[in-house]
Amino acid sequence: MYLEYRVDGGDFQASGQAAAGIKRTLRQIGIDAEVARRAAIVTYEAEMNIAIHAYLGTISIEILPERIIIQADDEGPGIADIPAAMQVGYSTATEDIREMGFGAGLGLPNMRRYSDEFEIESQVGVGTSVRAVIILPAKEGN
Amino acid sequence: MTQLFHSVLLIEEKCRGCTRCIRNCPTEAIRVRGGKARINVERCIDCGECIRTCDNHAKTAVTDPLSKLEEFDYTIALPAPSLYAQFGKETDRRKILASLIDMGFNDVFEVAYGADIATFLTLEYLKNPNCKFPAISAACPAVVRLIQVRFPSLIDHLIPVESPMACAGKLAKEKTSERLGIPEDKIGTFFITPCPAKVTWVREANSRGTFFVDGAISMFDAYGEIMKRLLTIPPPYPQLKASPDGVGWGRTGGERIASKIKNSLVVDGIHNVINVLEEVEMGRLDDVEFLEAQACVGGCIGGALTVLNPFIGKMNLESVVDKSKDRSEPPEDFVKEFRLKERLDEFIMKLDIMAVPAFRLDQDVSRAIIKAEMIEKVVNELPGLDCGSCGSPHCRALAEDIVQGLAVDTDCILKLREEIEILAEQLLEMAKKSPSALKRDDNSGESGE
Ligand SMILES: Nc1ncnc2c1ncn2[C@@H]1O[C@H](COP(=O)(O)OP(=O)(O)O)[C@@H](O)[C@H]1O
Ligand code: SF4
Ligand SMILES: [Mg+2]
Repeated sequence: MYLEYRVDGGDFQASGQAAAGIKRTLRQIGIDAEVARRAAIVTYEAEMNIAIHAYLGTISIEILPERIIIQADDEGPGIADIPAAMQVGYSTATEDIREMGFGAGLGLPNMRRYSDEFEIESQVGVGTSVRAVIILPAKEGN
Repeated sequence: MTQLFHSVLLIEEKCRGCTRCIRNCPTEAIRVRGGKARINVERCIDCGECIRTCDNHAKTAVTDPLSKLEEFDYTIALPAPSLYAQFGKETDRRKILASLIDMGFNDVFEVAYGADIATFLTLEYLKNPNCKFPAISAACPAVVRLIQVRFPSLIDHLIPVESPMACAGKLAKEKTSERLGIPEDKIGTFFITPCPAKVTWVREANSRGTFFVDGAISMFDAYGEIMKRLLTIPPPYPQLKASPDGVGWGRTGGERIASKIKNSLVVDGIHNVINVLEEVEMGRLDDVEFLEAQACVGGCIGGALTVLNPFIGKMNLESVVDKSKDRSEPPEDFVKEFRLKERLDEFIMKLDIMAVPAFRLDQDVSRAIIKAEMIEKVVNELPGLDCGSCGSPHCRALAEDIVQGLAVDTDCILKLREEIEILAEQLLEMAKKSPSALKRDDNSGESGE
């Protein structure tokens, strides 16, 4: 199945919606709780990055019996130095954003850590795309 | 795995189908169908939220009647700390205990004393280097059940030590059996409960063969009996054992104060608890050592079976706590007395805490995915007002119910109106078309010549 969420830059009230949505759906599908938690964290960090760093974007989630694919595409400033951005603790978030409890520089590293496949592409001045895949454990027969 | 017994029940005759309760239920366990509320037994966590919201008093908590005392040779009351909060600031705690004995119990064992023991056990458990942060207190059974139903990935954050109630019951039986030579199964321990969740917990433990606590008497029921006696009850009064910190467990923050864990987070009220657990699940509170979470606003003094408003209760309990600070006898060394250090594993929780998949659409993942897809489609066709008039808590929940075959789209009053409108238009169309046999040719008089 396919779920899609629009994320507006700067909209911290609505962000978190995609993560809440995927959590609910995965709980209904009966996906292993720990795997669902990982998927929710990846989704949450992806939507927060759009809200914090970009102008406008979409999160699309595809749920298949054997894997979950989370894709985040945005129009935004892009990332000039991706290897630096992937470092734990690296953040360009402003002071105000840090005061709101975001911008710890853990988002991208955690997204990579919690997914089984992880790709990021970015073009400065255009936008950023992140794709994360989470493999579902084979279900013992029901 | 489905829990059969629930303390929280609906009284059908009183329910007027108003849908007030359904929107406030933290696990979306209630639907109104056929003019009556129905509680889904898998989802219900016995938090008592619906008892508090129902103006018609159609929700109730099943507790044990006082007559259950007769089933035992010897009975011990286990008063929850929150009981001390129900009788005003000046109350002498010993008189409450004496009143319990006067109303038919042979003895009392303060759950506040059990709380002292639970504090010790918690601190011992937290020495374990493998415990997951934040370690979550398992003292509130509604929170434990919430985690099983909604946050199963957090089950291994729970601190698996027996609750103050269970510690009190277990030790009360042991001591009494030793002292009087009565076999433990002839000794009945009765929790004086502030909430339905504890009643369910007791029954659940009993059904699995653990009898630290044999019954749960509603605080409401005990309140009246104690009130009758409180002013006139003569000495001797039972000796007090619980520390001020143990008594303080009755209110929010009590566990934090008792354990002295600085790096801890305290949350009360089931909807607040859900918000905090969401954060824990997202890994945003991994640096917090201890999480004290209670389903009721104010903690157990806000339980659905308490008498007083929780804020007044808090004022009273603080005064009881303060008074017990200037007690003359030195506190007892319960760790030695009960040899707790040598038998820590006896106090590991006996209930297996397992995930309850109460939201799963289908046993089969592929079929569940198809259903989830259908839900998205149905949701998009609903008005999105989340008004609850359909008897489901919000539009998405109705969509889920429709896909599960438990509701139809015309349960939505706006959908129904839409369909009626279409039908009405069709009727009008039809009304305009008179049968051809009756049709008069309007031009017949004029045309022709
Ligand atoms: N979608 C994005 N658009 C532009 N820059 C981004 C985006 N996502 C991440 N970045 C850059 O990468 C850095 C690290 O991201 P992340 O690890 O999520 O930490 P944080 O969001 O806390 O700053 C950000 O500070 C930002 O400079
Ligand atoms: S907070 Fe206390 S009274 Fe309320 S449900 Fe939990 S254990 Fe019961
Ligand atoms: Mg980030």
